[in-house]
Amino acid sequence: MSDAGVIHDIGYQRYEGPRLGRSAVFASIYQHGLRASFGLGRSAKAKIFPWLVAGIVLLVAVINAAVKAQANIILFDYFSFDDTMSWLVIFFVAIVAPELVSRDMRSGVLPLYFSRPLRAFDYIGAKFAALATAVFMLLGVPQLIMFLGGAFTTDDGAKGVWNEFLDLLPGWGYSLLWALLFASISLLVASITGKRAFAAGGIVAVFLMTAPVVGVLSILPSQTAQHLAGLASPMSLLTGVQSWLRGKNDLGIDIGDFGVIYGIELFCLVTAALLLLLARYRKVASL
Amino acid sequence: MTIIATQSLTKTYGGGVTALSELTVGVEAGVIGLVGANGAGKSTFIKIMLGLTEPTSGDVRVFGLDPVTETDQVRARVGYMPENDCLPPDVSAAEFVTHLGRLSGLPKTAARERASEALRHVGLYEERYRQIGGYSTGMKQRVKLAQALVHDPDLLLLDEPTNGLDPAGRDAMLNLVHRIGNEFGISVVVCSHLLGEVERICDSLIAIEGGRLLRADRISAMTAASDILAVEVSEGTDELAAALTRLELQVTREGRLLLVPLSSEKAYDEILRAVAELDLPLHRLDQRRHRVAELFTTKETADV
Repeated sequence: MSDAGVIHDIGYQRYEGPRLGRSAVFASIYQHGLRASFGLGRSAKAKIFPWLVAGIVLLVAVINAAVKAQANIILFDYFSFDDTMSWLVIFFVAIVAPELVSRDMRSGVLPLYFSRPLRAFDYIGAKFAALATAVFMLLGVPQLIMFLGGAFTTDDGAKGVWNEFLDLLPGWGYSLLWALLFASISLLVASITGKRAFAAGGIVAVFLMTAPVVGVLSILPSQTAQHLAGLASPMSLLTGVQSWLRGKNDLGIDIGDFGVIYGIELFCLVTAALLLLLARYRKVASL
Repeated sequence: MTIIATQSLTKTYGGGVTALSELTVGVEAGVIGLVGANGAGKSTFIKIMLGLTEPTSGDVRVFGLDPVTETDQVRARVGYMPENDCLPPDVSAAEFVTHLGRLSGLPKTAARERASEALRHVGLYEERYRQIGGYSTGMKQRVKLAQALVHDPDLLLLDEPTNGLDPAGRDAMLNLVHRIGNEFGISVVVCSHLLGEVERICDSLIAIEGGRLLRADRISAMTAASDILAVEVSEGTDELAAALTRLELQVTREGRLLLVPLSSEKAYDEILRAVAELDLPLHRLDQRRHRVAELFTTKETADV
């Protein structure tokens, strides 16, 4: 302590200004979480990984747009872009989700949060919204670049731009589904432990361990098993939901007539993860 | 003004552990010491006041509000400093306190101003942009106090604020708490298992043991009419003792000291005159207050 006991006396001022409600508190945690997702307001070390991933994804989008503009070769459309980037998304949430929740648990800061006018729901809701936004931005911004590339090089004028835009919207919708599923599952895994390395490992494991199951199921002789194989892993589940909604099987997974099951599982998975998170934080909040 | 009032407050945890039993107490504004051994129920009492846990039975009011149903209003007026480590190492104190100010509902700029103010009041103005990880224990305790102050509460709940501090740090922290209570106009509940520490700065004391109320009173009431004069003379201690006994004063010897209770107004002068008449070399004349601890020991043996 450099100046033990030295307290400069300029008198204490009471605060007379406004006190905002829980929605403002929610917004504040959301904003804080979204900034933290990309390491803003943190040390340089915390910025490296999120921006590395974001950089790669952006680079791919730029290359994709350039190739399409110059040579008219389509490397990825808006949908296959998300699927191709799945590994990077996994690594992104594996780093960011622990940053958002494990860190608070580790440093013991939660009693300070929950002795203020906010509830477990506000906390976890804002964290989920922040991570989902971050993942959506990670995929949505490159998609926007692809759109801009397509829009500026179209030969059909305004109509071409409009057609490109109509392709972009469902692509954004697909990215939103990715964001919701990945944010909910990774936050749930991260909320179990305060150790960031364990949380990151756990998240990667949950997403990657399930991929081989899909592989095994999809080579079984039964056609039903092949159609349902995609349910076993979050990534193929999303692909399946996308196939169901668009009515096309162009991303390597044949879901047959089971599309609605994919939709139901996606909904249940996100809901269950959020409810479990809420239950977990209800307990933590009443420590 | 009564700020905290409880009516047979009882808290039983699952597994039949009773943390608080039939606690009935009314607390006036000021600096309040909440003393008891570890596990006496101090932290449970604090958590109930913050609405973090619900009482099993009984009733509690903070500023006339029920923490169970009017949690937000209570929390807006209360600042809490927990006992344990609760600071992230990789942000600056200014940023951290600002963030917590916003979580208390302060607008952005107000939160930033109040954070600087709070850190200045706890004596961390110069260091506030350094990362908390590099702070000493004493500085960390000050950051914890600053975050409890940031939203300008009317009541501070401090759980063992002197934990882990060296004697100088302890004194500084206690002086700070005293200042907050007396100059800032904020009531403070200071939890401690060290009675001697809190009695110096408190207006009133609540002592609990095993979840039961031992005693709750103002310090002045507890120590009234219990002053003692300690007299030390280089020689002739026995003669002085005899002389004082003749004056019908109750003299007790403690090593080389004579302890005389100041039972009346005149007693002080009489003792001085006795020393002067015997022409003894006076070494020390020391007016002692009864330590509150002594009161509790007698109380305990009598009541509990």
